[in-house]
Amino acid sequence: MKRIFPILAALTAVFLAYATYRNLVLAPTDALQGDVYRIIYYHVPSAWTAFLLFFINFIASVQYLASAKPSRQAVAKWVVIAIGVVGVVATFLPQVQGQLKSIGMRPSAMTTTVIMIPLAYFLIGKWFSRERLDVLAVTSAEVGVVFCTIVLVTGPIWARPVWGIWWAPGDIRLTSTLVLWLIYVSYLLLRRFSSSAQTQMLAAALAVFGALDVPLVYFSIWFFRTQHPQPVIGGSGSMDPRMLQTLLISWLAFLCFALLVCWSRFRLELLKREVEELYALESLGSAAEVKASLPLQRSAR
Amino acid sequence: MTETARPTITVQNVVKQFGRFAALRGVSAEFAAGRFHAILGDNGAGKTTLLRALAGLAQPTSGEISIFGKSPREACREIGYMAHPSLLYDEMSGMENLRYFAGLYGIFEDSGSQTVIRAVGLDPELPRPVGQYSQGMRQRMSLARALLQDPKVLLLDEPFSNVDVHSAREMVGLLRAMRDSGKTIFVVTHQAVLLDGVADEFVWMEAGRIVDRTANAARSTDPNEVLR
Amino acid sequence: MTPPSASLWAVTLATLKKDIRLEWRSKDALNSMLFFSLLVVVIFAFSFDPLAEESRHIVGGLVWVAFLFAAVVALNQTWARELRNQVLDAYRVSPAPATALFLAKSIGNFIFVSVLEALMVPLFVIFYNLHVLGPAWQLIPLAVLGTWALVVNGTFFAAMSVRTRNRELMLPLLLFPISIPAVLGMVAGTTAVLTGDNPAHFYIVLLLTYDVVFTTASLALFETILHAE
Repeated sequence: MKRIFPILAALTAVFLAYATYRNLVLAPTDALQGDVYRIIYYHVPSAWTAFLLFFINFIASVQYLASAKPSRQAVAKWVVIAIGVVGVVATFLPQVQGQLKSIGMRPSAMTTTVIMIPLAYFLIGKWFSRERLDVLAVTSAEVGVVFCTIVLVTGPIWARPVWGIWWAPGDIRLTSTLVLWLIYVSYLLLRRFSSSAQTQMLAAALAVFGALDVPLVYFSIWFFRTQHPQPVIGGSGSMDPRMLQTLLISWLAFLCFALLVCWSRFRLELLKREVEELYALESLGSAAEVKASLPLQRSAR
Repeated sequence: MTETARPTITVQNVVKQFGRFAALRGVSAEFAAGRFHAILGDNGAGKTTLLRALAGLAQPTSGEISIFGKSPREACREIGYMAHPSLLYDEMSGMENLRYFAGLYGIFEDSGSQTVIRAVGLDPELPRPVGQYSQGMRQRMSLARALLQDPKVLLLDEPFSNVDVHSAREMVGLLRAMRDSGKTIFVVTHQAVLLDGVADEFVWMEAGRIVDRTANAARSTDPNEVLR
Repeated sequence: MTPPSASLWAVTLATLKKDIRLEWRSKDALNSMLFFSLLVVVIFAFSFDPLAEESRHIVGGLVWVAFLFAAVVALNQTWARELRNQVLDAYRVSPAPATALFLAKSIGNFIFVSVLEALMVPLFVIFYNLHVLGPAWQLIPLAVLGTWALVVNGTFFAAMSVRTRNRELMLPLLLFPISIPAVLGMVAGTTAVLTGDNPAHFYIVLLLTYDVVFTTASLALFETILHAE
């Protein structure tokens, strides 16, 4: 494990450099926006990465809450499977597809998202023990907030020269991202300021609340917009295939970078908790017990 | 493990940690029912934590507690808990407080509450809000609250602290009567002397462990003896 | 003798009655809250010119922001009495269901905040010379559902904040982000009814959905919060 990290870091550096070259040099200039549009290669991948990380946090939080009681765990499992099955079937129904298109979402994107839920749930549940689920939650929240900040900063920077405004209150994506950012900053604040022994459970509960909130945010803004037409930042519509390719490569580079940062943060948090446990076990006073009952075995992963 | 004929309260290797600090470091003990156990020790020995663990207020970091075969939360009806804060609303009178807390146990008539208030030596009709009671009265009312649902186990954390001698003696007398009627009583106290003729055993704690348990030789069996 | 069960509704009702009685007795808190609400309306009247043409369009927003501030001050007091003598421990060791406590506190807060709103609304009408151009009856479900949305999450987060270092600040920090879709619904819906420009049905449905989702989530998770050490 220790050898892979530097190799991955080097690869990521190369990848990022290549992506930068493509973003700033290779990719064609946009017909309408000129070179300013190139910020999209940082804005959009950051958004996708942030959403992915927040999604991981949500799954880890649900797993953490569920693993508190075996009955809860069984219920959660079936709910997640149900969501997957119902969701996938639904997105193939013509009525549902029509609805999705009218709110600006592609049905295939919806299908993928819905399938990801049970998939991620079971994979994450398998790979992470209970304690590590919480470490994963903290890691993904922190790194997610960073990427989300990038989205919120690059968004207005992009909007101002191109569309003449810093911010459009009715822009669904930007506003939903803002709310997501606010929710997760409050999540991090709760973790920092809570002095309860059950802080981890409280934070997981907050993450679930946040996840329940996001679709409501989306729909509330969407409807508001249909009644009060607003300027849309970013626009939708097709993209030149070379641009799309550059975008995807940029995203891949971002993902590698995010993985590196998350990995470091994860290990840092594991180490911190290990140290705390050692202190705690020391205060218990028996050296023989120390080795036997460390639940976080660093060497195991 | 064979079932003993006598129901017991068992603590199995209970560890309770608050971050780096271990309040309980592997406490194991079996307590006989229907006995008066006095828990003694210096500050920070873990007495309060043990009591809270028995009440189900502090989840052990590891280890298990069983009260007559059930976990503390499952056995909540059989537990009466009293601590140093009064666990009462300062703005309500004693009877109003008990009426409310009785409701939490599904008891919606007043006769039981009135009996219990009289048993601790207070007047159920007293309209004064609890916030204006003297310390002795407040402790007694708090004890009354713990007795509301006629629990089989009493967990009392320093019930005699800051209480005048007269009230303390009356409380001890009441507790003796409770023990004699079959209740199991745990009292954490610094004033072992008050329990000399009453406690069945003294449990000594130090640095998160039970270090000694001594049966009380001075325990008198005369129910009419008044503690001097 | 089989012990009587501590039923959900019996405990909820008993707790609610107790809270109302105590709130009524110490009218200080109620009086200062009412005065605070009055002050907020006055400040808004000075800050946002009531005679301006655009006022009708923003009054919906002003009203709900004022309600939000009043609600936060009220919500911060939710557990104050219980914390004073560690009364929550008495609740924790009893067989009473945690959801009963949550419901009682939420309903109590709902009543309290509604009283504050009932004071603030006539003041807004007076200061801003409001008349409703759309179907006025729709303001009732908007007000009820919107207030419940704030109160149900507020009570939950107030309980979460109980063991944080800056308890009173933590509540709005947690509450505001999560409440954004509800606030949008309340404000847009109220504005729609006041101006008569748009139908408010969707917003009512949105608020109803929000309320159902978060009431369920709060009820499901409150026991964990109550027993957090």
